[in-house]
Amino acid sequence: MVTESPPLTKESPSEPSEASRNIHRTGQHTVEVVSDSGEGAQKCGQIFGTVCAKMGNGVWTVEIIPAEIEPPARLPAGASGNRIRIGTGPVTNWGDRTNLMVAFNEQVLLARHRLDALEEGAVVLLEDKWATHDDEEIRDEWKAVMEELSAFSYRIIEVPMEERCLTVVEDPRRGKNMFALGMLAWLYDLDLELVKDQIAHAFRRKSEEVYGRNVQLLELGVDWARENLDFRIEVPREPTEQDMIVMNGNQAIALGAIAAGMELAAMYPITPATSVSHHLGEVFERFGGVVHQAEDEIAAAGVAIGASYAGKVAFTITSGPGMALKTEFLGLAVMTETPLVVVNVQRGGPSTGLPTKVEQSDLLAAIFGQPGDAPHVVLAPATIEGCFHSMITARRIAETLRTVVIVLTDANLATGVQPFARPELDPAWQAPPPDLSPAPEGTRPYEWDPRTGLSRRFIPGQPGGMFTMTGLAHDELSQVAYSSDTNQRAASMRSRKVAVFQGTLKPPKVYGDASGGLLVVGWGSTRGAIEEAVDRARAEGLSVSSLHLTFLSPLEPGIREIFSRFKKVMTVEINYSDDPDAPYITEENRRRGQLAWLLRAHTLVDVGCWTRVLGEPLRPGVIQRVMRANTTEGGTS
Amino acid sequence: MSAAGCSLFCSLADDEREFGMADYEAARPRWCAGCGDLAVLTSMQRLLAEEQLAPERTVFVSGIGCSSRFPHYMKTYGFHGLHGRALPVATGIKLHRPELEVFVVMGDGDCISIGAGHWVHATRYNMDMVALMLDNEVYGLTKNQSSPTTPAGYATNTQPYGTYLPAMNPVEATLGITNASFVAQTAEWIPPHLYATLKAAYQHDGFAFVRILQRCPKFTGDLFQQYIQSPDMVELLEHEAGVETPALHAIYKNRRRHDPGDIDAARRLAEMDDVVRLGIFFRDESFPRYEETRSLPSFTAEERISILNEEFDRYAV
Repeated sequence: MVTESPPLTKESPSEPSEASRNIHRTGQHTVEVVSDSGEGAQKCGQIFGTVCAKMGNGVWTVEIIPAEIEPPARLPAGASGNRIRIGTGPVTNWGDRTNLMVAFNEQVLLARHRLDALEEGAVVLLEDKWATHDDEEIRDEWKAVMEELSAFSYRIIEVPMEERCLTVVEDPRRGKNMFALGMLAWLYDLDLELVKDQIAHAFRRKSEEVYGRNVQLLELGVDWARENLDFRIEVPREPTEQDMIVMNGNQAIALGAIAAGMELAAMYPITPATSVSHHLGEVFERFGGVVHQAEDEIAAAGVAIGASYAGKVAFTITSGPGMALKTEFLGLAVMTETPLVVVNVQRGGPSTGLPTKVEQSDLLAAIFGQPGDAPHVVLAPATIEGCFHSMITARRIAETLRTVVIVLTDANLATGVQPFARPELDPAWQAPPPDLSPAPEGTRPYEWDPRTGLSRRFIPGQPGGMFTMTGLAHDELSQVAYSSDTNQRAASMRSRKVAVFQGTLKPPKVYGDASGGLLVVGWGSTRGAIEEAVDRARAEGLSVSSLHLTFLSPLEPGIREIFSRFKKVMTVEINYSDDPDAPYITEENRRRGQLAWLLRAHTLVDVGCWTRVLGEPLRPGVIQRVMRANTTEGGTS
Repeated sequence: MSAAGCSLFCSLADDEREFGMADYEAARPRWCAGCGDLAVLTSMQRLLAEEQLAPERTVFVSGIGCSSRFPHYMKTYGFHGLHGRALPVATGIKLHRPELEVFVVMGDGDCISIGAGHWVHATRYNMDMVALMLDNEVYGLTKNQSSPTTPAGYATNTQPYGTYLPAMNPVEATLGITNASFVAQTAEWIPPHLYATLKAAYQHDGFAFVRILQRCPKFTGDLFQQYIQSPDMVELLEHEAGVETPALHAIYKNRRRHDPGDIDAARRLAEMDDVVRLGIFFRDESFPRYEETRSLPSFTAEERISILNEEFDRYAV
C-alpha cells in the first residue's frame, strides 16, 4: 500500500516487511539534519543531498549555521546542520518547512521548531540519550521540550543513536552523523555505493581507517532504520540523460573563475565568501592560478588591481564589511580603467551583522558606494549555475569595458547545493595571454573612442606604451588634468561605455503572463522561491507574473515598458524596508527595498516592495501570501 | 632586485638598444625648488641607465603625496594609486608578472602611517622589488601636518604647540619584521651615498627597504640642516657587503664598519639616536621570497579545459 503521509500511530519498532509497504510517495520532501556544532550534521546533509542529486532528484540544500565555530553544547542558538529539499524535477529553493528531521538533541529540535522550520505532522528522528541522562538538569530540559512540543502534531521517534554508535567509536560526538546518514539512506532508498563514494571523498585527507569506521557507522544506521522504522519515503527520481554536476554557489564561483581563465584571486578571510578561496586553494595551482591571502581586505583589492594592470583580469572576493573596505580601490579601478572582478557574497548587515545568514542589502552600496562618479557594472546570478557563468561574463565585461564588475551573490547561493547541466567548456571564455606587442606610434593610453567611450589598454612590457596610470583626473595621455574641460570629457567617456554596454543587453523575460495584475520583481538568489510562488498563485487563479533581473547596473533595457503592462509592480527582496503601516511612516519618508529604490528612480513607476531581514532565504509560501494580499479584487485574472 | 632576467616577454631587439638617462625622463617635475625628491629622481634615472633596464619592463608604483608623483617623471610604466596602498598594487604586479622590475615610491605618511599594515606585510612577503620611503618627516602635499616621523616638539599645522609623541623609527621597526631581508638608510643630500644605496637595493634579491631622508624646503627645511652643516652628526655604516663610499671619506670622518649580516648589531645601531646612521643595516638573500614560493607553470586554454573537465568529474551526478 502507498500512503500519502507517514502513519502516525507506530511508535515502537515494527516488522521490516510492513515498512516496505508503508511507502509515502511525494513530489517533494524536505529533510533537515541538525546537531550541536561540531557533530557533523552538515557533512551528513551534504552527502545526502549530493547522492539524491546523483540518483536523479532535484535538490536544493541550505546550511543551518550558528554564529560560533563550536558554541556550548545543547544550546538552541548552536543548532548546526543542513536543510535538503528534494523533488521530482528541479528544485530551485529551500521551500517552506521541513517534513523530516534528524535531531541530535532536543534543544536543536526546539530551536528549529521556534524558527517555524517544521511542517505540521513532521517526523523527527531524535537522539534519545538525553531522556535518561545522568544529569537531572538535562533530563528536566528534555521533559520541558517534550512538553512544549506535545502541543504540536510532530511524530517524534526516539533513536538510540549514541548507544549504537558507541559499539564502533569511543567519542560519540564523532559518528552520529554517519549513523544519521545511514537512517536517511534507508528511508529514501539511496544507493549505498554512491553514499560510500561520497564518504570517501569527504574523508579524502584522512586515513583508510577513518573511512572504514564511517562506513561501519553508516551501515549501523541503515540496519537500525530497517529494523525499527515503519515507513519509507519515495520521491520519484528522473535520472536525466544530460550530464549534470552538483555543487554549491561558492564552488561554482571558483570553477567559473577558472573557466574564465583568471589566474589570480586575492582575498582576506570573511564569511560567507571564504570557501571560494578554499575550493580555489585546493585546485587553482593545477591551472597555474594563485590564491593570494592578503593582509587585509584593502590589500586584497590592491593586489587584484595590480595584477589586472599587469596582465590578465584578476578578481577579489569578499562580503559586505570587506566591500566597505575595498571601496577606495574600486574607485581607483574605475578611474584608471583597470579591469577588475569583485565578488561580494552578501550577508546580513550593516557592520558585522549576520555573518552566516543571507541578505540582499549591498545592492545600492555596490552600485553607488564609491565616492565620486564611478560608473561600473553590477550583476547578480540567481542560481548555482548562474554563479559559474557570472564569472565568465564578468571577466569578459571587465576586460572589454576596462572597468569594475561586481558580482553579487549571497549566503543562500554560497551554501546552497543544486545540480545543473555540466557546462560545455569553451576556450573562448578564457582571457587570452596579454598582448605585449609594441604600442603603435602615437597611440595614447586613454584614446577614448567617442562612439563607445572605449580605449585600448596598455600593459607593462609593451614597448612604446609607457605611461603612468593615475587615480587623479587625467587626459588621454594619462596626464594630470589641469584644464577645465578635461575632467568633464573623461567622466563622460567612462559613463558612455556603460551606456553602450547597456544597449547590448536583452530585455528580461517575464515569468508567467506578459501582462496582468501584479508583477513581482526580484534579483539574485530569490528567483526560485519567487517563481515557485508565482506558479502556486497562478494555480489559485491569481494574475501574477514575475521578472528577475541579472544586471542591476546598468539595468536591462525595456523594464519600463514591461512595467506598463501590469496594474501593480512590486519588488520582493531580502533587505530592510519600512512597513508602510509602521509608526511615523509616510509615503514620503518610507525607506523602501533597495531594488525598489533603484527601479523607482529609473522608471518613475510607483514600484512597491515587500522585504524581510529574517536571516533566512525567502519561503515560497510566504511570497505567495504577499501575492494574494497585493492582487486586486481577490486577484482573479 | 636581480638583473633583468630575459623572460618569454623579451624580444631580441632589446639587445640592440642602449639607454641613457634621458631615455627615462618624462614630464618635467613639478616639485618645489630645492625639494629633495629631485635628487632621488636623478639618482634613479642614473641607476636605470647604469643597469640598462628596459623602460617598458620597469614599473614605478607610488601612493599619494609629493614624492608619489615620482612615476609621472619617469619614462617607464607607472602606477600612481592610492594613499598608503602602493605596496599591495606592487605585490599584485610582481605576483602576476615576476619578470617585471618593480620600484615602489612612498612618503613617510604613505608608508608607515596610512599604509603601515602593507609596509609590515610587504616586508614579510620579501618580494623582489625596491621600496623607497622618501621621508621628509612631514605631510607636505596636504600642507604641513605631523607625520609619524616628525620629531617630538616640532610644530606643524595639526600639532601647532609641538608634535606630541616621539617620532617612529622606521629602520628599527622594519628590522623587527620577520623575513625582512634588506634595510638601509640614506640621505638625498649626499648623492654618492644615495646612488650607492639605490644600486645595492636594486641588486638585492628580495624586498629592499630604503628610507631616504629628504628635505622639504617648504615645511621642514630646518630639520636636516644640522646634518648638512655638521657631517660629524652623520655616521656612515661601511662594509664590503654593504655600501662603501670612499669619495665621502674626506667629509664624513664618522664611520663605522658594520657587517650587514649581523642582525643584532643592525638592530642596536638602528635603535641608537646619537647620530644619523646611513648605510645598509641589514641584508640577507637567503630568506624566502613570496613570488618564488608561488611560482607556477602556465597552461594553454585547451590544457585548462581538460584539467577543468577532470575537476568537473568530481562533481558529476
